Amino acid sequence: MIGLDQVRVRYGGTVALAGITERAAPGEWLGVIGPNGAGKTTLLQAVARQVRHDGAVEVCGQPTSGLSPRKLARLVAYVPQRPLLPPDMTVSDYVLLGRTPHIGYLRVETDADRSICAGLIGQLGLSDLAARELGTLSGGELQRLVLARALAQQAPVLLLDEPTSALDLGRRVDALELVDKLRRERSLTVLSAVHDLTLAGQYADRLLLLDRGAVAASGPPADVLREDVLRRHFGPGVQVLTTASGDRAVISLRPDRGARPGPG
Amino acid sequence: MRSKVPGRPADGPGPAQPPSAGPPGPDPVAPLSPVAGHPPAASPEPPAPPATSPDPPDPAHHPVLGRIRPGRPLAVAAAALLIALIVGVSVGPADLSPSLVGQALLARLPWHPALSVPPIDSAIVWQIRVPRVILGALVGAMLAGGGAAYQGVFRNPLADPYLLGVAAGGGLGATLIIVNNASIGLLPPAAFAGAVAAAAITYVLGSGAGRGGESPGIGGRTASIVLAGVAVAALLTAIQEYLQQQHSQTLPEIYSWILGELSLASWSDIVVILPYVVVSAGLLIAHRRLLDVLRVGEAEASSLGINVARLRLTVVLAATLGTAAAVSVSGLIGFVGIIVPHTVRMTAGASYRIVLPVSMVGGAAFLVLADVAARTVQAPAEVPIGVITAIAGAPFFLFVLRSRRTRRDLS
Repeated sequence: MIGLDQVRVRYGGTVALAGITERAAPGEWLGVIGPNGAGKTTLLQAVARQVRHDGAVEVCGQPTSGLSPRKLARLVAYVPQRPLLPPDMTVSDYVLLGRTPHIGYLRVETDADRSICAGLIGQLGLSDLAARELGTLSGGELQRLVLARALAQQAPVLLLDEPTSALDLGRRVDALELVDKLRRERSLTVLSAVHDLTLAGQYADRLLLLDRGAVAASGPPADVLREDVLRRHFGPGVQVLTTASGDRAVISLRPDRGARPGPG
Repeated sequence: MRSKVPGRPADGPGPAQPPSAGPPGPDPVAPLSPVAGHPPAASPEPPAPPATSPDPPDPAHHPVLGRIRPGRPLAVAAAALLIALIVGVSVGPADLSPSLVGQALLARLPWHPALSVPPIDSAIVWQIRVPRVILGALVGAMLAGGGAAYQGVFRNPLADPYLLGVAAGGGLGATLIIVNNASIGLLPPAAFAGAVAAAAITYVLGSGAGRGGESPGIGGRTASIVLAGVAVAALLTAIQEYLQQQHSQTLPEIYSWILGELSLASWSDIVVILPYVVVSAGLLIAHRRLLDVLRVGEAEASSLGINVARLRLTVVLAATLGTAAAVSVSGLIGFVGIIVPHTVRMTAGASYRIVLPVSMVGGAAFLVLADVAARTVQAPAEVPIGVITAIAGAPFFLFVLRSRRTRRDLS
């Protein structure tokens, strides 16, 4: 569904991605993790063609380099880390923007477009807010709102850059549960950059650990979320705990305590 | 009128439809019911938390979102324009009575031959007042519409139609004609050429600074165009001021052009600029939805499938040609392009589907009324209309700004 072949991105003299080759299968949730500056956002931007890159990116079997902006937007919906939310735009107008790749250049939305967006607004629990301006919404509401706009594109590939960074712990789980549910319903392929390693391991089918623009590890969460792997990239204080349910919780110990072996 | 969610019967007409086949039934804009008024069945799941929401809801049970239509504010602006046109034709130094003006207007209509209007009065109405009022309306519409479009495409609230050096280039072109004692008939084409040339130089230099075909919106190419506009305007203004100082005997003439004037308005001016205004206004309004998409920024607009570079070029071209045509016959009338669109935004709504058409009609009304003030407050002398737009417009704008804040604080 997503295929990257030797994808390289440079910002001036800085190498942001040093030749990434990776695939994500249809319906798969691939979580991109790594320390700050590892290239997580750049990887997503390369798939969304928001940065210039060398190497090939394929989406649904088509090289993105040959697609018009409109065709690409029908295949890939991209939610940036900090979406620009005009405070005086209404919720329904914002979600309708997601229909843009399906609307002719100088045309306006049809009843069908409005109906699709109304359905999404309802599904994401925003019905009561439809006429509100974005400046009046809470962080959790905005998170669902940008998801609604991305889903309105009806693209098979969903790119999420830190979808939960602005949310509290409970809301993070809510948001990721929602993504997971939508992914299953719509068999979306999800590529997401996630800071929180515990959440990344709970939701992604497979993790891709980047460091300094290169793949440091990839595989099922159990293979990647290991102390010996993570300590090399996140520092020596990283500890991985396994909960009773089998989830892996990743914590970081304070430096003076990290040196001593943990109690368990 | 803002977008809204009109109520829709819970068990709507006909069977449930797939989301892609929009319900053809109810007119989604007909009822003016507030959001809270839609039937409870329209949201079959609790708003939060979303993770626990039940099965995907039946799309037929959802309200169709309302269209954004400028209906009411546009009607208000049209009424203001109508009043402005009537006042504009009725008022003037010749002191014609309203009934005489009315008769002079009607006498031109084919089925009303019985009226006897003195030819001189008819000429005052038809050769002086009517063209002046129409020209004022066209110029006001173009400056306000151009300002709204520039603000949209550069996503800069301070953008006005002179942002890319149109004023400086037009001023230089006009100054060149005046200081060389060339025929006054050459002034509009020279001002037009100067304005378009300045904007073209700005655009080419500014967008060249962030070259790159496929991924627009990465570097600040918009910012570099705006900065190039500052530089080009400074350069051309300096040249224009140098010429002006070298020919100080023409200073009053140059100055009155720079401050804006409609006193020489004629039917031929209207004929010349009408095609530009019609094409430009039509193109801008055709791009109203795309300017709404740009409100989320160039990067996101491009990820939504918009070719941002092409959109920007088209809108800038349309707005610049229309503005340059307006400037060529009216001089540099400031402030209209900023205060009219922002007043519309703050009072009627920020969508360009509202801002563009309402600004055009409202800008026409505003400039016609400003021109009435320009020729009456010191009659028989005229005050430059640019002075009026600022003196009358600035306090009004500050009032709107303040009342907007109060409204927001209360809500």
